[in-house]
Amino acid sequence: MAQRRSRHLLPGFGLTLGVSMLYLTIIIVLPLIAMLLKVGGMGWEEFWRIVSSNRSLAAYRITFSSALIASIFNGIFGLLLAWVLTRYSFPGKRILDALVDLPFALPTAVAGLVLVTLFSDTGWYGQFLEPNGFKVNYTQAGIIVAMIFTSIPFVVRTVQPVLEEVQVDLEEAARTLGATNWQVFARVIWPTILPAFIAGCVLSFARSLGEFGAVVFIAGNLPGLTEIVSLLIYIRLDEYNYEGAAALAFILLLVAFATLVLTNALGAWQVRYADRRR
Amino acid sequence: MNKLFAAAAAAIALSVTPAFAQPTDILNASYDIARELFEAENAAYAASGAADTVNQSHAGSSAQARAVLEGLPADVVTFNQVVDIEKLVEGGFVSDDWATEFPNNASPFYSLPAFLVRAGNPKGISDWGDLAAEGVQVIFPNPKTSGNGRYTYLAARAWANEEYANDEAKVEEFLTKLFNNVPVFETGGRAATTAFTERQLGDVLITFEAEVLAVRKQLGEDQYEAVVPSVSLLSEFPVAIVDKVVDNRGSRDIAKAYLDFLFTTEGQEVAASNFHRVNDEAIAAAHAADFPEVRLVTADEAFGGWAKISEEHFADGGLLDKVFLNQ
Amino acid sequence: MTTATRSPAEITLIALAFVLSGLILVVPLVLIFAFALREGLATYLTNILEPNTLHAVGLTVLTAIIVVPINIVVGVCLAWLVTRFRFPGRQLIITTIELPASVSPIVAGVVYLFLYGGQGLLGPVLQAANIQLMFTVTAIILVSLFVTAPFVARELIPLMQQQGTEDEEAALSLGASGWQMFWHVTLPNIRWAILYGAVLTNARVMGEFGAVSVVSGSIRGQTNTLPLQITQLFNDFNVTGAFAAATTLALIAVLTLILKSSLEGRGWR
Repeated sequence: MAQRRSRHLLPGFGLTLGVSMLYLTIIIVLPLIAMLLKVGGMGWEEFWRIVSSNRSLAAYRITFSSALIASIFNGIFGLLLAWVLTRYSFPGKRILDALVDLPFALPTAVAGLVLVTLFSDTGWYGQFLEPNGFKVNYTQAGIIVAMIFTSIPFVVRTVQPVLEEVQVDLEEAARTLGATNWQVFARVIWPTILPAFIAGCVLSFARSLGEFGAVVFIAGNLPGLTEIVSLLIYIRLDEYNYEGAAALAFILLLVAFATLVLTNALGAWQVRYADRRR
Repeated sequence: MNKLFAAAAAAIALSVTPAFAQPTDILNASYDIARELFEAENAAYAASGAADTVNQSHAGSSAQARAVLEGLPADVVTFNQVVDIEKLVEGGFVSDDWATEFPNNASPFYSLPAFLVRAGNPKGISDWGDLAAEGVQVIFPNPKTSGNGRYTYLAARAWANEEYANDEAKVEEFLTKLFNNVPVFETGGRAATTAFTERQLGDVLITFEAEVLAVRKQLGEDQYEAVVPSVSLLSEFPVAIVDKVVDNRGSRDIAKAYLDFLFTTEGQEVAASNFHRVNDEAIAAAHAADFPEVRLVTADEAFGGWAKISEEHFADGGLLDKVFLNQ
Repeated sequence: MTTATRSPAEITLIALAFVLSGLILVVPLVLIFAFALREGLATYLTNILEPNTLHAVGLTVLTAIIVVPINIVVGVCLAWLVTRFRFPGRQLIITTIELPASVSPIVAGVVYLFLYGGQGLLGPVLQAANIQLMFTVTAIILVSLFVTAPFVARELIPLMQQQGTEDEEAALSLGASGWQMFWHVTLPNIRWAILYGAVLTNARVMGEFGAVSVVSGSIRGQTNTLPLQITQLFNDFNVTGAFAAATTLALIAVLTLILKSSLEGRGWR
């Protein structure tokens, strides 16, 4: 009801609608249409041949498995950071909190440059890892490391606000009833933060799927072994194989769209959940 | 800062309106490993009294041809293969008599596919045949994007045609083995070099002799050895004026003057000091110590010319696709 | 909570957070400066002042100066539209604006090439009109607009939803014009969120690599942005030069973090 009234009361509908539509059309929708037309013009068989070729399948497998491992790591690491940052006070907390966003602020190409230097056989980390048979650069481990670095903030930043709002009284009530710390976490806190946690992991996963700048530096870019989908698209472009590039880009676009729908649904779940607890 | 804004505003204005004033700069779209060469050539060009600025863009030769077709406003192209300039001819960007506009089929210098191996040549690589052996890892750029990679394919085929007396089945078997020994096909020659030197991939890098010699000089002659095979393919580096761009910008004179410079004694000297072989006899003699004797076959002799090569080898489903399985 | 009451679990968790963050976040940052300066300050300065690197810095700054204000204005418009009105297609607009953040930057470059490239959808039209977009600064600006389109709106939408419309309605009923209401009521409420979104937009614009590398043409001293220049220096075996150029971006990143942190200190978030 309030919404309907405001439609008449507040000004600016025409102006903001006009600006928004114009911008979205020119900057986002039109380019996407150009690509969809390219995909639409190639025919189903051609499309299928490209997206199901061995090299494409290997690229999906490498990209998805690396992103999965990276987001699992970041789920655990992010939960730890969110927990420490909301539950404890200690010197340096503010700096640690600010540092979490470094991967968003640091360009991915710089991240790639740094990681490949750190893990080279004479690098600060590589000199200890390589003699023990753990090679990071130019292996799938390198892809995972790059994906981890570039998507650290997601889980922290989605879980943090929810963790702050978990009602302390609920926790204390549980404790007075004799629950151990672990029981409090497992029965009270974990169910509350779960939707936000999953949303954070999904965001982290989506970002890892699309990561390019950091990965190309540190991955060996070997077809079938360390070649990610984004790189394959780039190579197809360079080969003047636009159908190949368009078909693979379309696949990534579909995945991005699916992730968006999923995170929106998780958001709605989160809201419903919070309402029910209240 | 103001100056930058003015420059940027001008750049944006230029990008959306035809230029009316006579331009003072041109863009040279070039192949990947020519970065240092053209840096030196452009410096020499400026030193020779030319007032115009030459900007550079580098990537795989074919990728650059694609970029020009997509609208990269290059006034001149300095590619490493005829095939890539022919693409621009087909697109209506370069006139079809480009090869006669400058001497030597419009090729100011040349080189050949040669090998770079690690110190001591641990895999004992001396000729093309050694590259197909089991357990040898070979690095060269993607023949779909790089003229460098296509020369490698053609040179290997030229050797195999002689070795197996044109028995196509044996030649294809050799080439398939060779291609299967390549762990990664980078899209440009320089990326292939870094894969070999920085990432320590592979036992042998196949690239232009110019790059082989330059890398040895830059990264240490004790680290790498150059190997020149028994026979290789003459790799001419054709240059052309992009008519569509220069007519539009009014920069034909600058473009012509710049490309002419590459054929002058000064231009040739710079090319030779950057390990490119040149046709100027005096300069070639002066630098003879850098370039070992090698038997070179031409694309015309070995394969009947570039038009035929394009059709038979590099078209979709052509002979290259038959051996390049892991693409 | 005082030190005396810390449980072993708490100490372990804090220590673990510090050690891991140190290894994953601090060391890489330190390494950039260590490598840039490893051949001495003089070499560092030479590297930074190299004309092509300097031009790349200028181009990157210029792109940010154009893109950030546009995306602020559009972000405010979008947020106003979807939080103050209900209309058919509202959800679609929200999803569309989010899309660029979840798609690979390479895809962003590809879609622009298919639209504005010589072989693209509008290619023939643009060529007939003698307009060149691909491989120019304009193309870099366009893809930068694309990849950072969601950032400001994303910060504003939840905030404006939560704030509701009472204040604005009150201002209007007291006789304020639409613009007066916006300047005196809406803007003060959302200015920190705008700044926050702008900081994120700026960081992303300056660092964008994938999308820009598709549409830039990498012309040295013309369309090479800093991330592209860094990649080229690295490929040219000039690792120290690459790190020197990277320090400028790393400094901007540190500045971004400080700005963000102080914005959060102001109670926003």
